[in-house]
Amino acid sequence: MQNLNLLSAQWVAPTVDYHGLAPELVVAGGLCLVLILDLFIDERKKWLLSIISSFTLLAAMIPVITLALSETSVRSMFGDRYVVDNFSLVMKGVFLLAGYVVVLLSSSHVEEGEYWRGEYWFLLLSSLLGMLMMTSSRDLVSIFVALEFLSIPAYMLAAWRKRDPKSNEAGVKYFMLGVFASAVMLYGMSLLYGVTNSTLLVDIAAKTTATGDFAAVQVLAVVFVIVGFAFKVSAVPFHTWAPDTYEGAPAPVTAFLSVASKAAGFVALVVLIYTAFPLAQDIWQPFIWVLSALTMTVGNVLALKQKNIVRMIAYSSISQGGFVLMPLAVAGMAGSGSSALRSVVLYMIIYAATNLGVFGVILAVSRKTRSGEVSSFGGLFSYAPTLGVLMTLFLASLAGIPPLGGWIAKFAAFQSLLQSQSTWGYALAIIGAVNSVIAFGYYGNVMREIWMRPVPDGDTTPIQIPGSLSLALGITSVATLTFGVLPGVALHFADLAEIAGAIIR
Amino acid sequence: MFVNQFLFLAAVLFCIGVYGVVARKNAVLMLMSIEIILNSVNINLLTFALRNGSTDGHVFALYIIAVAAAEVGVGLGLVLLVYRNKKTISVDDLSEMRG
Repeated sequence: MQNLNLLSAQWVAPTVDYHGLAPELVVAGGLCLVLILDLFIDERKKWLLSIISSFTLLAAMIPVITLALSETSVRSMFGDRYVVDNFSLVMKGVFLLAGYVVVLLSSSHVEEGEYWRGEYWFLLLSSLLGMLMMTSSRDLVSIFVALEFLSIPAYMLAAWRKRDPKSNEAGVKYFMLGVFASAVMLYGMSLLYGVTNSTLLVDIAAKTTATGDFAAVQVLAVVFVIVGFAFKVSAVPFHTWAPDTYEGAPAPVTAFLSVASKAAGFVALVVLIYTAFPLAQDIWQPFIWVLSALTMTVGNVLALKQKNIVRMIAYSSISQGGFVLMPLAVAGMAGSGSSALRSVVLYMIIYAATNLGVFGVILAVSRKTRSGEVSSFGGLFSYAPTLGVLMTLFLASLAGIPPLGGWIAKFAAFQSLLQSQSTWGYALAIIGAVNSVIAFGYYGNVMREIWMRPVPDGDTTPIQIPGSLSLALGITSVATLTFGVLPGVALHFADLAEIAGAIIR
Repeated sequence: MFVNQFLFLAAVLFCIGVYGVVARKNAVLMLMSIEIILNSVNINLLTFALRNGSTDGHVFALYIIAVAAAEVGVGLGLVLLVYRNKKTISVDDLSEMRG
């Protein structure tokens, strides 16, 4: 009965570092404000809520910057279960900026629909709060709570267009597979706790290896936990929800899911691999190798035959996820551990900017064409030259063409694979290189529509772009270009991202 | 303490739950199967907590119970939404999008 003795021990309130928690507190305050104002505000003034949401996200950037500049580099709270280190600060910045751009993308879309505006902003901010928590969580319990915190509002956002059967289907498919994945992940976590007698990641690290008396249980535990996050990052063969959810959900929500939600999955995966399973690389390295190779290839091949632009971008974002996983497949090998971490962070920063830009253009064009087909981009350059050039820029960056951001991201990922100096690393690099070429097939197809094909219905009235959408397009295109021309900017942030307590070979 | 029996029970429940999610086409039954998996996790955690003499497992199980309640709230809401629009809760009938 020693448990009961533990329970009756004197309870001491944990010391809370309010400066370290400030970004989360600002977002939490903002979302409460949105929820309460939504009840009392007049229907015609609901546009105020989008302004409040965007300012909340910008205000939350201030503590992130002051934390980055402060003397203490690592702040840990609640017995090292919640850690604010450089990695979490960089990722918090990415999530807040991505969230800001999503707010800009959605504001005109949300205002023009006759749906529930207040709930939209509340759910978006809740999901972002979960992502901020995910970057700092260093304990199985807090990772689980953060994962559900970011997922549950996202399920509701996907089904947000209540009367639209497509949106319903998107929400139900996302929910069923997401909850199933987190249940499987929890079973893995319970086994991890059983073997290591701790939920703290750094304690788990010491006892989780591929050998020992409980080797079979440990393999099962590590694989189940990684499967849970493979669903979140839509890695093949756990991607089946992604195309349907991306196509059926409202377009700004799809942008949010394919960028922020996916990045949150990668954050958790990176934290687990570097702080919880550093000694178990024999278990996860082959597993992630297979996931990465399958994700790149299947995503690309299925994207080639898509006629719907959002569905094509969904498959493209699946295959981009494979490229992010690529360096993690060699992350446990001597010499490539730190470069793998750097290239994953770099890829997430650049991919976020580029993919949000793609969705910005899709939203702008669909305002006029009211169509999701690739052919609706025909002759875009002739009547909307700016949008045509921007779309070409973003697609070229996703394809990895040199002067643009995507090229630097892919270069860093391949560099990290080659640094491992292993056959596995070289083999994956070859698969990745082949896939980069395949990917150009469908990106090039959209570019051909924009530049060479005639306008499908002959309607060449210029497209009216609302101010918020142009600001979003401005931010993303400047970021995509800057990261490509001055790679040092993005590399600087990726270099900063060190995980406190991580064992890096 | 017979740790093995509890772990065996949890493993069996886990398998039943996974089978249910994969084989059932009724959305509510799928939700129930997911709940069975979550309960198998709770049994696992409590067994290990008693075996190892730490309270972390108890706390984790409490969190899982609370979060599972929120999940089911959202899940039943989504099922109701689908039922209102389509008059069916079979996931096979959710096939607006293909490819």
